[in-house]
Amino acid sequence: MKDVTFGQYYPADSFVHRMDARIKILLSIAFIVAVFLVKSYRFTGFAACLLFVLIATAAAKVPFTRVLSSIKAIIIFVIISAILQILFNRSGTPLWEGGFITDEGLLSAGFIVARILLVVIGASLLTLTTSPVELADGIESLLKPLKVIKFPVHEFALIMSIALRFIPTLLDETDRIVKAQKARGADFESGNVFKRAKALVPVLIPLLISSFRRADELADAMDARCYAGSKNRTKYKKMRLTWRDLIGTLFIAALITGIVFINIYLTV
Amino acid sequence: MEILKAENVSFSYDQKNYAVKNVSLSVNEGEYLAVIGHNGSGKSTLARLFNALLTPTAGSITVDGYSTADKDKTALFEIRKRVGVVFQNPDNQLVASIVEDDVAFGPENIGIKREEIDERIDYALKAVGMEGFRKSSPTRLSGGQKQRIAIAGVLALKPRILVLDESTAMLDPQGRKEILSVVKKLNREDNVAVIAITHYMEEVLAADRVAVINDGEIAMQGTPAEIFSRIKEIKAMGLELPLAAYIAEKLREKGFDIPASVMTEEELAEALCESLRKI
Repeated sequence: MKDVTFGQYYPADSFVHRMDARIKILLSIAFIVAVFLVKSYRFTGFAACLLFVLIATAAAKVPFTRVLSSIKAIIIFVIISAILQILFNRSGTPLWEGGFITDEGLLSAGFIVARILLVVIGASLLTLTTSPVELADGIESLLKPLKVIKFPVHEFALIMSIALRFIPTLLDETDRIVKAQKARGADFESGNVFKRAKALVPVLIPLLISSFRRADELADAMDARCYAGSKNRTKYKKMRLTWRDLIGTLFIAALITGIVFINIYLTV
Repeated sequence: MEILKAENVSFSYDQKNYAVKNVSLSVNEGEYLAVIGHNGSGKSTLARLFNALLTPTAGSITVDGYSTADKDKTALFEIRKRVGVVFQNPDNQLVASIVEDDVAFGPENIGIKREEIDERIDYALKAVGMEGFRKSSPTRLSGGQKQRIAIAGVLALKPRILVLDESTAMLDPQGRKEILSVVKKLNREDNVAVIAITHYMEEVLAADRVAVINDGEIAMQGTPAEIFSRIKEIKAMGLELPLAAYIAEKLREKGFDIPASVMTEEELAEALCESLRKI
């Protein structure tokens, strides 16, 4: 239950950690765009993206294994997409006489796998180097223009950071309920998928009820600490752009330029 | 000087049964008041009445001149700035995933400037002995440590009264000790008045004054020594004596000469030595 670590924050004091959260969010989006810019089968483009990821990981002082472990969560999805490509891509020449696997099927499978993996790694680099609070603040700041159309930006960001704050608490709670139900003879391990899903009901209902109680108590505690929405509220953490953000932006710009160059002049 | 005053306060959730009945109580600046009562005696309702989370059905509560029944928002915030409430479950009071951000939450709400928030975080974390955990994540801390962060979050608003609404009930003995010593220190050194709502008798001993709540009413008021000498009444209200006082009483029944004022283990040991010497 505890190893759901998709992109958990990795605390460190590094170049990337010190970058402005807003810039990091924008740069991550730019990186994903860059990955999608790579034209079909220009694997050199992906190599450029990979190089970028390696440099960024080193600058973030995050162990590369931590970055790779973010892939675990989606590995099945990746494998299925690859198999589908190999089986159903009919263009190109078959690998053997009358066979249904084509050379182009293999190429496109490799292409798609590389694309998904790079996108996930890029996104996890963001969440590994940016604390949930910074992330929420960054999103709040980026969404500010939406205030014009009465979108509750501050409330949205607060809900998000509280949700992130309560994930470990609720995981602990789930663990406790599962154990309590097991002690009462509940069986979560045997039976088919439907039976096992049904066995989760006695876990989910207490979890839901206790979440409501927690929400109620949290609301009281927030009230008691003078919370009254975004009006007249100050922010303790100020986001400031620094030279690091400029360098990061230049790096991404270089990557995108490189990819455009590869798209035009290279064939592999 | 009186900082909080409750006059003939009654409160009902459903207009039929009263959780708090005709309670009059006052707390002086820097005083340590313990409120004890068994489960369902209305003592937690009292905590919510003190900082205007609830308003009295009848009677009035004033904090430093502001009435909790005032519909004006500024009065509400003036009250909540002065009366900090720490609740039972530390997990359900922490808003942020980093200690310093959580402590900053209160000051942010009342529009304090950044530099001063910084100072207030320093002060609050130092006051609860958690200054080394500024950048930590609360989920990795023990129950007692989390509750100390919750206290720091309230202290950052510089309250004059700290209300502990069964704040030690979910903690292990170690955590309970931590909280007690932090609260005692705050009371003595920073002159913060304390209202400790609890059903642990041991926590009552540090108080200047004790109010015993039974079925929503104040049944007794006095110093801890006065209260615990009325053993029969306390038992009738479903409360238990501190362990040392309980042992002292049993020994008295067996004919030992132990004064009724004995409440702590040290006093009991002292009195036992005294009475044994006479034999």
